[in-house]
Parts: sequence; C-alpha cells; structure tokens
Amino acid sequence: MTEIFGVPTQALFGQLLIGLINGSFYALLSLGLAVIFGLLNIINFTHGAQYMMGAFVAYLLASKAGVGYWWALAVVPVVVGATGIVIERLMLAKLYKLDHLYGLLLTFGLALIIQGLFRNEYGTSGLPYAMPSELSGGRNLGFMFLPNYRAWVIVASLAICIGTWFVIERTKLGSYLRAATENPALVQAFGINVPRMITLTYGFGVALAALAGVMAAPIYQVSPQMGADLIIVVFAVVVIGGMGSILGSILTGFGLGVIEGLTKVFYPEASNTVIFVIMAIVLMIKPAGLFGAQK
Amino acid sequence: MKLKQTIIAASLAAAAATTAGTAQAQVSDGVIKIGVMNDMSSLYADIAGPGSVIAARMAIEDFGAAKKGMKVEVLSADHQNKPDVGSQIANQWYDVDKVDAIFDVPTSSVALAVNEITKKKGKAFLVSGAATSDLTGKACSPNTIHWTYDTWMLANGTGSAIVKTGGDSWFFLTADYAFGHALERDTEAVVLKGNGKVLGKVRHPLNAQDFSSFLLQAQASKAKIVGLANAGGDTTNSIKQAAEFGIVKGGQSLAGMLVFISDIHGLGLNTAQGLIFTETFYWDLNDQTRDWTKRFVAQSKGKYPTMVQAGVYSSVMHYLKAVEAAKTDDGTKVINQMKAMPTDDVLFGKGSIRKDGRKIHPAYLVEVKKPAESKGPYDYYKVRATIPADQAFRPEKDGGCNL
Repeated sequence: MTEIFGVPTQALFGQLLIGLINGSFYALLSLGLAVIFGLLNIINFTHGAQYMMGAFVAYLLASKAGVGYWWALAVVPVVVGATGIVIERLMLAKLYKLDHLYGLLLTFGLALIIQGLFRNEYGTSGLPYAMPSELSGGRNLGFMFLPNYRAWVIVASLAICIGTWFVIERTKLGSYLRAATENPALVQAFGINVPRMITLTYGFGVALAALAGVMAAPIYQVSPQMGADLIIVVFAVVVIGGMGSILGSILTGFGLGVIEGLTKVFYPEASNTVIFVIMAIVLMIKPAGLFGAQK
Repeated sequence: MKLKQTIIAASLAAAAATTAGTAQAQVSDGVIKIGVMNDMSSLYADIAGPGSVIAARMAIEDFGAAKKGMKVEVLSADHQNKPDVGSQIANQWYDVDKVDAIFDVPTSSVALAVNEITKKKGKAFLVSGAATSDLTGKACSPNTIHWTYDTWMLANGTGSAIVKTGGDSWFFLTADYAFGHALERDTEAVVLKGNGKVLGKVRHPLNAQDFSSFLLQAQASKAKIVGLANAGGDTTNSIKQAAEFGIVKGGQSLAGMLVFISDIHGLGLNTAQGLIFTETFYWDLNDQTRDWTKRFVAQSKGKYPTMVQAGVYSSVMHYLKAVEAAKTDDGTKVINQMKAMPTDDVLFGKGSIRKDGRKIHPAYLVEVKKPAESKGPYDYYKVRATIPADQAFRPEKDGGCNL
C-alpha cells in the first residue's frame, strides 16, 4: 500500500472527508457570523449559544411533542431566529452607533447567561437525540465507512452556504442589504425600511446557527456547552477568512476543517490548536484575513 | 466621571471583601471548614459538580455534627479543569479562608497539583473524583487519601474481564492529560499481562467534540477492542460516534474504561446497552443505598448519584469521625487517624485505608441493560461480578509509594 509520511493513502482520503464534514459545521456557523458582522457590524458572541439552543429546541420538540428531525429542521430555525429578533429589537438596536466592543460585550454576556440557564436545568452530560431513521446506517466507500448522516451534513451545508452567498451577492434583495450597510440613510430615502431589514438579517443569521445546531444534535451530545467549545474555533475561522466576507467564511470553514482533520492523523495532540496557529500566521501576513477587504 | 465612580465602587467592594475575610478567619479555630472543589460547569460537572456538594452536606447532617456541637462549614469552588485555577483556589482556601480539608477534585492534573499544595501546608486532601493511580503511587502523600476508584482498579476490573473473554488486541483513544495517560498505561499493563497486544493509540485533546477522525484510525487498526481511556463528555461522544461509524457493527467492541451512570443517562440505553465497565458504587445495590439515593435525588433535581458523589459522602463522613476521635483538625493527624480507624458507611459498607492512602472497598463489574430490561428511572446496570476489596486495587508493594 502506498503511504504518505507513514500513513496509508487510503486512510488519508478518509481523514480528508472527515475534515470536510467538520468543516461544513464551521462553514455554516461562520457564515451566520459573517452575515451578521458584514451587515450589522455586530460581533455576535451569542452565536454558539444560539447553535446550542437549536440543538436543545430540536431535543425538546422530539421528547415533549414527538416532532421529528425533518420538521425540526424547518421549525427550529424559525423559533430560535425569533428569539434572535427579540434580542435585536430590545438590545442590539441600541448599540449600532457605539463601538464594536459594546455589541461584543452584550452578546458575550448573553451567551454566558443562556448557557448558565440551560446548564442549571439540564446538567452537562448531554442528552440523547436519535438519528432520523432515513439517514441511519452508512456505506462503505472502499477507503472508509461513511455514515449516511455525515454525507447529508456535507450536502445540506454546501447547499445552504451557496444559497446564502447567492442571495446576498447576486440578488436584488442582497444588493439592498449591502447598500444599507454602506449608507443606511440613502437607502432609507429610497423608501426601504432599513431597520426592519437589519432585524430580519440578524434573525436569519441566528436561524443559521440554530439550523447547524439541529444538524449537530444526532452526532454530538445535546449539551449546554456544545456551542461554547465550538464558537472560539469558529471565530478563528471568521478572522482567517476575513471578517464579514461571506465567501471567505465558507471557503475557510471547509478548508480549516480539512487541515484540522489532517492534524488529527499526523499529530493529534495539536488538533485543537492548529487553527489558532494558522490564525496567528494569517494575521501577521494579511491582517484583514484571506478574503477580507483592506479598509 | 463615570470611571472615577467605578473605581470608588470597586475599592469599596474590595474593602468589604477584606473585612469579610478577617471576620471568617477569627472564628476559624472553632469551625471545621471543608472545601469541595471540582468541575462545576464543564464536561465533568454531572459526575461531580453540585451533586458532590449535596453529598458533603448530607454527610455532615448524617454524622450529626450539629447535635455533637461541632460546627462544620462547606465551601465549594469550580476549578474549571485547570491545574493553575485549582492551585490558586487551594492556596486561597488554606491560607485565607482557613479551610481544613479539600474534597473531591476530579481531573487528575488538578488533583496532583492540590496534592502537592496540601502536603506542603500539612492539611488534608480526600480525593474522590480524580482517577490517576499515581496519587497512591509515586505521588503519594501523608496528607492524601484516594477514596473512590483509580485507574489501576478500572484497568484491572474492566480490562482483565475483557481480555479473559477473548478481547486480546487493543487500540486506545486516550484523553491527552495526566488521567488519560495513567488509565492507558494501567490498562495496557493488564492487556499485556493477559498475553494481549496493543496495536495503536491516539491521544485526543480534553473536551474534544468530534471523534470521527480518531475512530477511523481505530477502525483501520483492526483491533478487536477500542479502549476509551477518557471520561465524561469525551466518552459519551466517542461511544455515540462509534455507533454512527459502524465500529461495533464491524465487529470491534468498545471498552469504556471510565464510565459513570450520568454518562449512561446522557447516552440513553439504546446507544449504551451492552457496555461493560467497573464502578465502586451503584444506587440500586441494597436497601441502604436505595434509601440514601432517594434523599439525594430529592435535592439534586432528579439526578441520581455517581460513584464520585457517593465517595464524597463517604469520605466526609469518615473525615468527621476521625476529627471527633482525634480531637483536632490538624491535617496530618486527622489523616493518620482516618487510616487507623476502619471505615463504615451506608454506601460502601465496611472498609479500610492503607498506609499509602488507598481506601479499599469492593468494585463491581457492571453491564448496561437493554431498554426492555430497564424498569424505572436510572435502572441501568446488571452487576455481573463483584471484585472483592483486597483484589480490586493495586497491591501496596507495586505502587512505588515510600510512606
């Protein structure tokens, strides 16, 4: 068997694929962050908690109301997105004129409160969420066993990422959004309700996080700190990709998933730091991130 | 202006905190202060966490401290699984808050740090949550007793049971810190002793979310047994994802080296059924444990006790008995007294403490029930074998402790 640095190439293909799967979670989450930062200029630290809420709402729907995975995919983003809209209206809307730091502090505080409430109620060992029966099992690809559910995660997240990118960069609605970020007063003068658009955008970003949470529920334990662990990595992804760059966050999400996956083979001990090492290097060479515009 | 106000407020608060500190220090001599330090908020919080504090309070009540005229106070803190945070709390407790003994302390790296500090200051350290067998081996101390379980006991109980039934080739998924390394080392020794072999190992960071990459490596190794030398959320996520990647269907078996009842509850019986592992306490052992558990559950929002929490109860109880008998709360003297007296409580029954600080009691090899076999809440285990106290733990002479 051919080998690369002592690792059989077949095993390497498997690891690349695994990296892509993890990358799709990074991409989905960093996409939401990038949308919110790009259009609202808010660094949304609550994102991890909202991802966790997505998983929990899916769990509660299943255990209390018997609502299954497929319905959860549709219902949960709406429910959690609505809580995001409330947060935006009541709190974030008052901060737009202030420095980024205020938004960051507010959302960080909110994240701690939300996680604390869930921890108090549900503990930390996590709760089980059953895999939808249509997607259980898997297939042997020759070089690895690919669970059907993981394949679905890649496909779904790619579709969502591309769809979001398309809406924002290639449609009329997206052009309104982008224009409203550049010059809200002018866009408002054309008769477009800018505050409502901003509110809905935040709601959409939060809904993306919740959707990622539902997709994560069957593979990870549904637990209050599931988002806290992930959010730091996702922030690194966003910084590397360039704050606010939609395409940048998608490509970096997938790319870093792959790099992290390879680290797990060659030097697993470093697998939770490799992304931050890359972040430091990127920031030294291109302070605005790989795809960010220099301001 | 605003800044000035903040500074004034902060200094007032600091001043208030200092006075509170001295007030406590003055009465400290008349009070036995015990500190329960563990993970209150992260992956080990359901294993120890607030439940350990409940257990400590129950022990004080059952001991009858108030009736005997003994004043016992409980402090608790979150060490966040970080040795530096744990050391800082231990120093603060011993020096400022006049704490006499520290209990629980899961996360071996933190426990080893607190072990050193306690020895230096001549206090008492009763470990329930941490696993590393080094606490009664090369890191043993005249001020420490290791109460509930350890890595050698887990390796010996679970490992040899599996090797005996034909599981002779292993691949380890190991949490990359003191605990994982100790558990892997002790299990490997058992495997090799039973003429088995270890085909490979991979060390993952603590609190990793995704194990698929590591599981794929385990799968590629073709080892019969995938040994999980990790704990808490790491173990549950490994087990859940192993099912997803068809590890068990592909003919390999999982060996959870350290599994708690809270993990099984989190996984659900569907995923966890058939797992075999070793515990030193199960709530459904006898009438006494069931009665105690009923009282515990009433205070813990329905969560059943883990062996770590049971160990905190048992160790606090024995500690208070020793303080009463020795008529002092001097750390070294109380520990010596604890070793001199036989132990006896409703959860672990009769037992003893060895010179090296190892508390001795039976261990139970348990198997997780199938969903259909479970009759009520937390009815999760079948006890397959009882390992007698004198065989459950590492023989004193093999530990390398020079006490």
